Amino acid sequence: MKYTFPLAAVIALVLIAWIGSNIPGMQYLFGIVIPYLAIATFIIGFCYRVVQWAKSPVPFRIPTTCGQQYSPLPWIKQNKLEAPANTSQVVARMFLEVVLFRSLWRHTKAEIHDGPKLTYESSKWLWLFGLMFHYSFLVVVFRHMRLFLDPVPWFIQVIEFGDGILQIGSPGMYITDATIILGLVFLFGRRLITRNLRYLSLANDYFPLFLIFGIAVTGIMMRFYFRTDVDIVAIKRLAVGLATFQPVIQAEISSLFYIHLFLVSVLLAYFPYSKLMHMGGVFLSPTRNLANDSRMRRHINPWNPDIKPHSYASYEDEFREFMVENDIPVEKELPPKAE
Amino acid sequence: MAVVKVDKLAKSVVQGPSLMTGSYPTRDWMEMPVVFKPGNFAYPGKVDIVNYLNKQQGLHFPNARDWSPLDDDWKLPENWKEIVMNGLKERLDKFRSLKIFMDCCVRCGACADKCHFFLGTGDPKNMPVMRAELLRSIYRNDFTMAGKIFGKMAGARELTIDVIKEWFMYAYQCTECRRCSVFCPYGIDTAEVTIILRELLHLLGIGINWVQEPVANSNRTGNHMGLQPHTYKDNVSFLCDDIENLTGIHIDPPFNRKGAEILFITPSADVFAEPGIYTAMGYLLLFHHIGLDYTWSTYASEGGNFGLFTNNETMKKLNAKMYAEAKRLGVKYILGGECGHMWRVVHQYMDTMNGPADFLEVPKSPITGTVFDNATSTKMIHITEFTADLIKHNKLKIDKSRNDHVIATWHDSCNPARAMGLLDEPRYVLDNVVNNWYEMPENAIREQTFCCGSGTGLNTDEIMELRMRSGLPRANAVRYVTDKHGVNTLACVCAIDRATLTSLMDYWVPEVRVCGLSELVANSLVMEGEQRQELDDGLRTMI
Repeated sequence: MKYTFPLAAVIALVLIAWIGSNIPGMQYLFGIVIPYLAIATFIIGFCYRVVQWAKSPVPFRIPTTCGQQYSPLPWIKQNKLEAPANTSQVVARMFLEVVLFRSLWRHTKAEIHDGPKLTYESSKWLWLFGLMFHYSFLVVVFRHMRLFLDPVPWFIQVIEFGDGILQIGSPGMYITDATIILGLVFLFGRRLITRNLRYLSLANDYFPLFLIFGIAVTGIMMRFYFRTDVDIVAIKRLAVGLATFQPVIQAEISSLFYIHLFLVSVLLAYFPYSKLMHMGGVFLSPTRNLANDSRMRRHINPWNPDIKPHSYASYEDEFREFMVENDIPVEKELPPKAE
Repeated sequence: MAVVKVDKLAKSVVQGPSLMTGSYPTRDWMEMPVVFKPGNFAYPGKVDIVNYLNKQQGLHFPNARDWSPLDDDWKLPENWKEIVMNGLKERLDKFRSLKIFMDCCVRCGACADKCHFFLGTGDPKNMPVMRAELLRSIYRNDFTMAGKIFGKMAGARELTIDVIKEWFMYAYQCTECRRCSVFCPYGIDTAEVTIILRELLHLLGIGINWVQEPVANSNRTGNHMGLQPHTYKDNVSFLCDDIENLTGIHIDPPFNRKGAEILFITPSADVFAEPGIYTAMGYLLLFHHIGLDYTWSTYASEGGNFGLFTNNETMKKLNAKMYAEAKRLGVKYILGGECGHMWRVVHQYMDTMNGPADFLEVPKSPITGTVFDNATSTKMIHITEFTADLIKHNKLKIDKSRNDHVIATWHDSCNPARAMGLLDEPRYVLDNVVNNWYEMPENAIREQTFCCGSGTGLNTDEIMELRMRSGLPRANAVRYVTDKHGVNTLACVCAIDRATLTSLMDYWVPEVRVCGLSELVANSLVMEGEQRQELDDGLRTMI
C-alpha cells in the first residue's frame, strides 16, 4: 500500500534519532548540527522555490470568478469578494481564502442514484478539520516560541494561556494537543476511507501526515508521560542557545526530545521540496490573486509573441469576386474585364 | 456512430463499475494503460489541415501525418521525448500558473467529484487532480529534486509513449470549464493544465480534427464554419426573410460597412444552424428595434475562438481579426454576441494579446448613453450587458406574454460565469422578457454551473456516448426543474451550448429545447409597424 513506505520511513527516522542520540557525543549532531542544517535548508529552499515561481511571468489575467462581475449597470450588484475588481478587493478575497479556507467551505459530496440522479450534499468536514489542523499547528508553533525567547513575549503567554484555558489535568492539557491529533487522524482517515481519495493519494501525501503525527505524539509524550525524564531547563537553554547562535548541551536530555527534534528537523528540510509549499503557493495562484478587471485595465504579457492575423487584404484578394457580386463593400475594385 | 440507448446508459452510469458507483480499481493509476476504441476518442487532425496551419505566420503545428489512436505506433517524431521536455520547460518558464499548479496541489480531493466528466464516467483519471497528476508526475521526474531522488515514492514517473497516449485521452476529456478551480483551496485551474497538455501534444502532431479544421476555417474565411463572405451574407439574408414572413418587418443588415458606430461579432454558428439561427434573428430584430448604427463583418465573422482549444499563439492569431476589422471599418467599439469561450478570450485575453485598442472609444450605448466603464480598455461589451441596459431604460417595447409558451430555466455557460462573472445580467433580461422561468438547484448554476459536456471542440459525433455522460450533470439538473416546474426551455448565452445542449436534451430530457437569450428577447419585442402573425411558438413558429 502507498502508506506503508512512508510509515516505515517515519518509524526508521524515529529509530535513527533514538539510537543515534544514545551514542555518546552524537547529541551534538542531533541537538545542534542537524537542526541548524534543517533550518538553513528550510529557509534557503523556501526562498529558492518562491523566487523560482516569481521568475515565471503571469502572461494572462485569469482569475476564476465565483460571483457577479463589476457592472456599470447600477442595479447589478458586484460580488466584491468573488469577482474582485481592484487590488483591495483581491486582498479581501485572498485574506478569506488564506485565513478561512473559503473555497473549501463550498465543498460538496456527489453521489449517483438510480434514475440516474445526481445529488450534491454539502460537506464541511474537510473544511472543519483542515482548519482545525492548520490552526492547531500554528498555535503549537507559537507556543514553542517560549523555548527560544527569553523573556517570553506577552503575546506568546496570551496564546499559551488561551490554549490551556480548559485546565484539564496536571500539567494542564492544551486544546491544540487534542485538536492537532484529531485533525491528523481525520486527514489520514479520509485518505484511507474515501474511495476517490484513496486512489489519488500518493506516498508523498502520507509521509508528512505520519511525520507530523510523530512530532505531535512525541511532543505530547514529553509533556504528559515522561515529564520527569525530560529536563525542560536544559531544553530551554539549548533552544535559546540555538536561537542566539551559542548552542550548548549541558545535561542529559531524554532521547524522546531528540526524536521530537529530529522529526521536526526532517519536516523543515522536507518542506521546500514537497507539496507543503502550498503554504507559499496559495498566495501566488493567478486564479485567485488577480483582479477581474481585464477589460478595464490592460494586462501586459512580457513575451507577447508577434503574430498577425490572416490579413483582410489577402482575405479580400481571395474572395473579392464573390464580395463584389453580392454587394459587400471592398477596398479594391475588380480589375476591368478583359475584352 | 450509433449512440447507446438512453436506458442502457442510464443503468451503466449508476451500476457500471466505476469510482462513482463504488468499485475500486485493482491497479494503481500509473499502471493502468489507456485503451482506445472507436467511440472514446475524437478523430485526429487531417494532414492537409495541420500542414495548412503550420504554414501560417506565427503558428507552429509540426509533424503532420496520418495516424490513428487505434494503432500501437503513433508514428511520433524520433526525438519526441526531447520535444516534450523542451516544450514543458519552455512553458514552465512562460506561465507561473503552470509552476504553481504543478507544485502546490496537496491532493485534498476537493475537486475530485466536481468534474462533469468524472461524474458521468466515474473514470478515476477524470478527477481533475488526477488529470493534473498525469502531467505533474512527469514534471516531478524531470524538474524537481524530490522526484529525481525518490522517483515513484515522490509521485514521479518516466515519460513514455503510454503517457503521451494517456495525455491525448484525458486532455480531450476536459472542457476547460474551470468548475474544479472554484472548489480548489489554491484555485488550481485544470483548464491551464489541459491547455498546456494540448499545446505539448500539438508539438508532436497530435490534435483533433474537430478543433483544427475550424481553426483553419476561421483563419481563412473568418469563421469556423468556413462560410465564404457571400454565403455568410446569404445566410443572414435568409434569416431576414424568415423575420419578414413572421413579423412583416423588413430588415436589411449592413455588412463590412465603414463608418458604422458599432461592429457586431457573434459566433458563426448563430447564422448557420438551428437553434442558433433564432438567436441571430433575435439580434437582427433587436438592432432594428432600436435603430442601431452597426455592421456585421464577413472577415471577422467568428466570435468563437477555436484557437483557445489548441495553443495560445493560435488563439491570438484568430482573435486579432476583431481589432483589425474594427480598425479597418473605423467603428467606435465592438459589441459581442452570445458565446461562451469567445467571452473567455475577449474578457481575459484579447486586450493583453492584441491590444491596446487605442483606436476605439470606451463603449457607450447610443440609445441610453450608458458608459460601459467595465470595458474602458478592451472596448468590447457583451450583448447581455447592452440589452439589460436597454430594458432598464425602457427602450424596448416588450410584451412578455409573447413568451408564454416558454417555461424557461437558465444555464450559466462556463466561461461567462467563471471567467467573467456574467451572472445577474442575463437573469435580469430573463425576468423582463419571460413570465415563467425557474432556477436549477444551486449546485448547478452560477459559479457552480455544469458544462454542457462538449465544449473546447468536443462536440463531435464520434464521441457521443462520452458527451452524453459528461453532460449528465447538466441534464440531471434540467430534469429536476422539468419534473418540478414543467420547464420546457433551456436558455443560455453560448453558441456551443446551443448546439451541444440540444443533443444532450434530446437524449436525457427530450421535452426541453435550447435557445439563446436574444431569441427570447426578440420573441417578446413589439416592433413598430409589425404585421405579426399568431406566433404561438415565437420565432420558431412554422408558417
